[in-house]
Amino acid sequence: MAIEIKDLCHTYSRGSAFAKKALNQVNLTIDSGSFVGLIGHTGSGKSTLVQHLNVLLRPESGQILIDGEDINADKARLKAIRTKVGLVFQYPEHQLFDMTVYKDVSFGPKNAGLEEDEIKERVEAALTLVGIAPELWEKSPFELSGGQKRRVAIAGVLAMRPEILVLDEPAAGLDPRGRNEILDQIKQMHETLKITVILVSHSMEDIARLVERILVISHGEIVLSGAPAEIFAQIEALEALGLSSTQTAYIMRDLQAKGMSLPDNIFTVEDAVAAILRALK
Amino acid sequence: MLKVTIGQYYPAESFIHRLDPRMKLLCTLLFIVFIFFITNFLGYIAAAIYLALIVRTSTVPPRFLLRGLRAIFFIIIFTAVLNIFFTAGETIVLQLGGFRITQEGLLNAGRMALRLIMLIIGSSILTLTTTPIQLTDAIEYALKPLKKIRVPAHEIAMMMTIALRFIPTLMEEMDKIMKAQMARGADFDTGGLIKKARSLVPLLVPLFISAFRRAEDLALAMESRCYRGDVGRTRMKKMKMAGRDYAALGVLLLLIAAIFALNYVAGVFGIW
Ligand SMILES: Nc1ncnc2c1ncn2[C@@H]1O[C@H](COP(=O)(O)OP(=O)(O)O)[C@@H](O)[C@H]1O
Ligand SMILES: [Mg+2]
Repeated sequence: MAIEIKDLCHTYSRGSAFAKKALNQVNLTIDSGSFVGLIGHTGSGKSTLVQHLNVLLRPESGQILIDGEDINADKARLKAIRTKVGLVFQYPEHQLFDMTVYKDVSFGPKNAGLEEDEIKERVEAALTLVGIAPELWEKSPFELSGGQKRRVAIAGVLAMRPEILVLDEPAAGLDPRGRNEILDQIKQMHETLKITVILVSHSMEDIARLVERILVISHGEIVLSGAPAEIFAQIEALEALGLSSTQTAYIMRDLQAKGMSLPDNIFTVEDAVAAILRALK
Repeated sequence: MLKVTIGQYYPAESFIHRLDPRMKLLCTLLFIVFIFFITNFLGYIAAAIYLALIVRTSTVPPRFLLRGLRAIFFIIIFTAVLNIFFTAGETIVLQLGGFRITQEGLLNAGRMALRLIMLIIGSSILTLTTTPIQLTDAIEYALKPLKKIRVPAHEIAMMMTIALRFIPTLMEEMDKIMKAQMARGADFDTGGLIKKARSLVPLLVPLFISAFRRAEDLALAMESRCYRGDVGRTRMKKMKMAGRDYAALGVLLLLIAAIFALNYVAGVFGIW
């Protein structure tokens, strides 16, 4: 078991007039090497939850165990934990700062105190993995396009070689093509690097075709969890939470209502096409 | 959202809150000037009573005022200590090696501390009961006469308004960037001065870039709504002096008169 969260609570500005309870008794486990999606509408506590995973926020109460280790127990282990858990923030391109793409990506490995050769190898591997061509490595990150910037920023986290990669809305604000590219690359990373990936999103479509398991968070509590098929079948429950199932799931439901004989539990475009063709034969 | 209370406005509906911001600004300035005219403890008592009345009327909980005092606690202590040791005087209270503590020194220290405390409480009341926007309006008005000598009063006020508006946004942004760099192993806390200064680069570069981007967006948005500065501009909320504003000024003038009267009395009877 990679990650185990027990009774996690978090309140912002605790004890002041602006106190805001953002997480309430969160319990969950995430297996090593799995690909998990975290879904919830804006303000539901997704970012708060994932920032606990590498000790950027500390729990008000509760515990977070990673590979059995309580990550808040020992301050001296902070660096090791932040290396183990890579967190890509929402709009990560806003954190780019260095003169060149290469230097920016090497910021993390340098902070980890690695040797020059090791840094070089990691940076090149990370940039290649996110599909940034070597011609761009010596350019200023600010000259790149939005999608490229974001991929450079993701490479900056990948270069730390985390065992657990957490991405907070990595596709937000990109055009459809940029979205698909990034999401496909994340899927690929999961497969080639065999790392645990937690993908935060409020878009069902993005998550549906990628992840193995979905956690639904609402008002700071995990309210549903299960395989995509189980989650997306619960259209009413999702709607009650202010979310929706995938568009495909709605189309399939409407087609069923119109009398077409289709199987349940279809929520991606690819599966839907196959099922509809089969039904029409 | 990260809630930062700038100038820590305390929302309420008191008499003081409803005063015209220009009058509040004027009264605060007058108060600050005239507490430096006080020569004796009777005057301080009068000023303290006046302040206490204002605080009561404003309905601001005293702990908000104390918070402001805590921030400058060390400055108060520091000036008090300086005054104790470096005031020349005759009546020696205590001899400590080369230093001597004199009665004059102690009195001076006490006076200075009282003035500072009253100054802070007085100006805190202003910022606690006046929204930043109202305050800049008042400052713009106060700067108006300087327009004759080409001081861009409106522009200064507009810049202050914008700055105030963006401080919380930038704080939030800084919090985010800081966390993001910490996630990449950045360390903002340890190391010597040079290392600390260098560690700020990954924080400040993105922050400035985002501030410039926001500034550009805002400029565009203002221009596309035909903003062209002061000329011919009217206000949605016109500031208007009312009876209560003159009443407030009257009470302050009473205090000032009392200060001078007490100074005179103290001078005659030799009260310190
Ligand atoms: N720094 C902060 N200070 C105070 N409240 C915050 C802060 N960050 C988030 N919140 C509040 O906590 C709740 C959860 O926020 P967040 O975890 O960012 O949600 P999400 O990422 O799902 O949109 C929201 O109501 C938000 O307003
Ligand atoms: Mg978020």
